[in-house]
Amino acid sequence: MAYVIQGETGDWELVIGLEVHAQVISKSKLFSGASTLFGGEPNTQVSLVDAAMPGMLPVINEYCIEQAVRTGLGLKAAINLTSVFARKNYFYADLPQGYQISQYEHPIVGEGEVILDMPDGSTRTVGIERLHLEQDAGKSLHDQHPTKSFIDLNRSGVALMEIVSKPDMRSPEEAAAYVTKLRSILRYLGTCDGNMAEGSMRCDANVSVRKSGEPYRTRAEIKNVNSIRFLQQAIEYEARRQIDLYEEGGQVVQETRLFDSNKGETRSMRSKEHAHDYRYFPDPDLLPLVLTQGFVDHIKAGLPELPDEKKDRFMRDYGLSPYDAGVLVAEQANADFFEAVAKGRDPKLACNWVMGDFAAAMNRLGRSIDNPPVSAADLGGLIDLIADNTISGRIAKEVFELMVETGKGPAAIVEEKGLRQVTDTGAIESSIDAVLAANGDKVAEYRSGKDKLFGFFVGQVMKATGGKANPALVNEILKKKLG
Amino acid sequence: MSRSDLTRLTMAAARDGLARKDFTAVELAEAHVAAMEAARQLNAFVTETPELAVDRARAADARLAKGEGGAMEGLPIAMKDLFCTEGVRTTASSHILENFIPPYESTVSANLKKAGAVMLGKTSLDEFAMGSSNMTSHFGPVENPWKRKSDPKAKLVPGGSSGGSAAAVAARLALGATGTDTGGSIRQPASFCGIVGIKPTYGRCSRWGIIAFASSLDQAGPMARTVRDVSIMLGAMAGHDPKDSTSAPVAVPNFEAALTGDIRGLKVGVPKEYRPDGLSSEVETLWNDGIAMLKDAGATPVEISLPHTKYALPTYYIVAPAECSSNLARYDGVRYGLRVEGKTLDEMYAKTRAAGFGKEVRRRILVGTYVLSAGYYDAYYAKAQKVRRLIADDFAKAFQSVDVILTPTAPSAAFAIGETDDNPVTMWLNDVFTIPTSLAGLPGLSLPTGLSTDGLPLGLQLIGRPFDEETVLKVAEVMEKAAGFTAVP
Amino acid sequence: MSLDKNRVRTIANLARLEVRDDELDHLAGELSNIIHFVEQLAEVNTDGVAPMTSVANMELPRRVDEVTDGGCQDKILANAPEQQDGFFLVPKVVE
Ligand SMILES: [Mg+2]
Ligand SMILES: [Zn+2]
Repeated sequence: MAYVIQGETGDWELVIGLEVHAQVISKSKLFSGASTLFGGEPNTQVSLVDAAMPGMLPVINEYCIEQAVRTGLGLKAAINLTSVFARKNYFYADLPQGYQISQYEHPIVGEGEVILDMPDGSTRTVGIERLHLEQDAGKSLHDQHPTKSFIDLNRSGVALMEIVSKPDMRSPEEAAAYVTKLRSILRYLGTCDGNMAEGSMRCDANVSVRKSGEPYRTRAEIKNVNSIRFLQQAIEYEARRQIDLYEEGGQVVQETRLFDSNKGETRSMRSKEHAHDYRYFPDPDLLPLVLTQGFVDHIKAGLPELPDEKKDRFMRDYGLSPYDAGVLVAEQANADFFEAVAKGRDPKLACNWVMGDFAAAMNRLGRSIDNPPVSAADLGGLIDLIADNTISGRIAKEVFELMVETGKGPAAIVEEKGLRQVTDTGAIESSIDAVLAANGDKVAEYRSGKDKLFGFFVGQVMKATGGKANPALVNEILKKKLG
Repeated sequence: MSRSDLTRLTMAAARDGLARKDFTAVELAEAHVAAMEAARQLNAFVTETPELAVDRARAADARLAKGEGGAMEGLPIAMKDLFCTEGVRTTASSHILENFIPPYESTVSANLKKAGAVMLGKTSLDEFAMGSSNMTSHFGPVENPWKRKSDPKAKLVPGGSSGGSAAAVAARLALGATGTDTGGSIRQPASFCGIVGIKPTYGRCSRWGIIAFASSLDQAGPMARTVRDVSIMLGAMAGHDPKDSTSAPVAVPNFEAALTGDIRGLKVGVPKEYRPDGLSSEVETLWNDGIAMLKDAGATPVEISLPHTKYALPTYYIVAPAECSSNLARYDGVRYGLRVEGKTLDEMYAKTRAAGFGKEVRRRILVGTYVLSAGYYDAYYAKAQKVRRLIADDFAKAFQSVDVILTPTAPSAAFAIGETDDNPVTMWLNDVFTIPTSLAGLPGLSLPTGLSTDGLPLGLQLIGRPFDEETVLKVAEVMEKAAGFTAVP
Repeated sequence: MSLDKNRVRTIANLARLEVRDDELDHLAGELSNIIHFVEQLAEVNTDGVAPMTSVANMELPRRVDEVTDGGCQDKILANAPEQQDGFFLVPKVVE
């Protein structure tokens, strides 16, 4: 269903393009040997190159090149065998060189695509315009002193991949799904940890609105949104703001805006207002980056199974629904956990348990898949007990909670608590006989045609057996006895 | 040997004298320190480091005694103040770096130190190496030790930007000095001061730790009084450096061994475009004499054409300012150097940079900013990059038929301080013969071969194929012998 | 092309060089003079010529991804005009 915003003058459509800055996973910086670790003392992870001391020169980190190519391949994108590093010139306190080494006309990665998995199980394809490598800036702290800003260059020079989408998204949900999926792909590839809170993944949103069928209108750029939730809020607010402007007869101006998460609104960034002219030109300290097809092929051969392929396999091999498969593959560790549980078992049952009680317990306890409340082996063991009729599905839920509570294995709990299912027909028969004898009037009613009472008898028998009677046997014998 | 005898030695002779223990490195250093201190009126040095020089000379003597001396063990040299030297103030002759003390050592100066060279001090230059007269230094102009016969009182410029180095070597304050050359900054002052200077092939010497002017053109090289001396010194300076992405991964030849004296059969290109209208007759005569010397030595002069020569200057004055406008953005008063306070960050930047940079530097930053700015990039910068290729292609084509090219170094002898007009373009014409080589990245050497009628040195330039400094040096040495240039300031 | 005062002001602002109003005329003249000089390049036919960024005829060298640098806060801050608690200080930036 198309996402539309109703305005006074009719329905409006959103046009969204995203620029994601993803910090490359590497030990050292893009052009220097200083560490990329997060959270060091100020200006300790800084080389003379990162501080732009006079006469210092950049030398590129080969692993960052590999990571960019790997990411490009993961986005099914064209890899440009020749790319060029350019200087983007502007002054800012945390930009020591007075320019950022980036890529402009000739990025390392060209067009690709990302397939979004929407909550309703449907998919949408969003085009990737390009991916380029560039340096991160340092960090300015504005709240340490009444009249001064503090500058820390630890991040200065860390490798970033700027991943630019085409303006293919039409709703805040699609934007959220895009970032979620992109993050999932980067994590599978091991090229970015996707940690938005620490800033290793940051998002700029280009937002415009238009009436259906119109060409694109002027867009505003919302800078540095640092959570997916905020991204949705920012886009919703910005779209509404633009529509209101148009409907009041105003115009949207192309500008950079900031999302204020406390107020839930976007506002113009005055500091970015004065004219920008980045004067890009090829960095004369570096030469064009030339890759061989062999280098690219070698990286391609080593790519892991990515979420889309895994999802297809889960649907094909395990018969899962697109929605279930999509949810399971979003995080590689979840998918691995599921596969460990499903191995040699009924995959649908495994899926229900992993996405149902197991996921609920994880949420409730605030645990992660790396530190699960129940191991894959134990959860599998529990499913085995259901499959071989040792316990019923209902008892299994009880056993599962005890597993979470005590950390004990399913078999041990079933034995200890005597939860083993009663499948002895003699015992069940005598229970039934007792129930029927105690409820003569109801038996008569049933026999005169009140079929609905059957459930009552089942309930009474289960109650008498402490829930352990095999439900199928109870049904069968009861039917026979009631005639 | 008297102190003044020691300062008149060539590097090669001093090296041999040290080996024979005729004198010590400390004696040699002290003689030069005394000369440096006695010649302060030349203003050749921004910073003198006499204690450091004597300390290093003492260490050199110790190594020499153990037979462990390097290629330049104990030889006193001056260092252009564009090379960062650990713990020694490095200014680029700019107010903005007036108090900058680098916590690191440039690769070239480190190489020289490793070879045993003894640093006497840091020599003045045009601010950030932008100029051809050394008049743009924040620390005042440098004086050329040479005097006009007709007007001995006139203070002449040493050329630039490596003017302090050239003056120091010519005045016998150092046996040699480092220079850097972006459009002629080694060769033109060498010519003005009657010494030898070579800008090697781009990529031969590491740029790491040299304060950048225009990264695609900057190249370090030696300045000394003989071809053999620059050969010795270049060997010590050069070498692949993994810290400079444009440093060539090629071995350093034994340049001194290339001085065989035999140039028979070599073809010497003489470009017809280097005889512009109005070229002074004494420069023209000097050039013709040079051609005759090489012919006498068995080489064959060949007229060649470098058709895009006249576009080299405008190309350079787009490329170099563009790169400098970006390279000098780091001087912003935040991490080092001068800061002039302002109410806002932008105000601090603008005040710091306006106060910290001199007129010529500001002018080039503005030109460079303009030619890169939106709407002008293609017409200026991209266009210049294309013409640059045509200029480089001219040389490549010429070198298919010749082994080396001979031209004048500069269109005139040294001029007097304050004698030039206010038009910057006039000043730039000094580099008309040296800039094409820089744009093509080729090695170029200037050698003094005669005096002007007014008694001032004039130099000729030899240009070689990429990484063929050996041929350039070999031909230069033959010409040096033939010219017999023995005049001293 | 000639540069007018406004263009010079814009460029000076981009380059973060404070220029007094009374300097603008002179500067505009000087820069125009230079730009006229370099504009003779327009007469060169460069159709099909690839721009030359570097004369270095070699491949871009690459570094191994190892931590080999940093950990030298003292050197980084040694020449700082203003510092506190390991940070560089600048006039407060309001976003
Ligand atoms: Mg961007
Ligand atoms: Zn970016």
